[in-house]
Amino acid sequence: MEHAVREEQGNLIVSFQGDVDLEHSPKAREVLLGCVAKGQDVFVDLSEVSYIDSSGVASLVEAFQASKQKGTRFVLVAVNAAALRVLELARLDKVFTIHETLVEGIRGGT
Amino acid sequence: MPEFRSKRVLQLRFPARAAELKRIREAVRESVEGCGCSAKSTADIVLAIDEACQNIIRHAYRRESDNVIELEIEHRGDGLVFSLLDHAPTIDPSQVKPRDLDDLRPGGLGTHFIRRVMDEVDFMRPVSGHGNLLRMVRRID
Repeated sequence: MEHAVREEQGNLIVSFQGDVDLEHSPKAREVLLGCVAKGQDVFVDLSEVSYIDSSGVASLVEAFQASKQKGTRFVLVAVNAAALRVLELARLDKVFTIHETLVEGIRGGT
Repeated sequence: MPEFRSKRVLQLRFPARAAELKRIREAVRESVEGCGCSAKSTADIVLAIDEACQNIIRHAYRRESDNVIELEIEHRGDGLVFSLLDHAPTIDPSQVKPRDLDDLRPGGLGTHFIRRVMDEVDFMRPVSGHGNLLRMVRRID
């Protein structure tokens, strides 16, 4: 798994590439919680994620809950079909705010 | 009862380590695709097997180790039979339950994924009398 974080218009954009699995989800969790802790809105680009398991999903849920406590936005963008299927299996596709593109995500509401 | 010919399509022994799981997923993907599963079903099955292996690492062996996990896939008639064997202390199957999805919290999704994907999930007593044997069946669509 690779990741990158950049700042755009005061928002933090986190993108992951590769497998967000049991081996790599601790790093994903650290990155996501670190971004949320900064108090900015966080947009997570999942377009290049080839695989995500329950541990990766758990990292997203934990960061999502942390953002709620902070009162900031935590938005998933460009979620590819493989990752979306896993979110659907967990019935989290209706819990997370998901936008098709980063532009839509930043422009969108909650 | 029709008699189905059974064919073993995969047999693996590997240490209970997270770093092993990527190659296990690849092996499962190749085997399941070779049995005629659709791309979507294959992805679901790969997830379920991965989660079952994770449960062994995290809950049966309680941590990563060189303890062995054995995986076997058999193609029987219109279905696939997955057997996962560990040598950990016997667990209580009634404690392995999917959590309520309305209770939003980070963990506990793995067992839910397994039960959503597989048509049958059973804990069985291994022939050796020790360890845990998880048998899962998925019909081929």
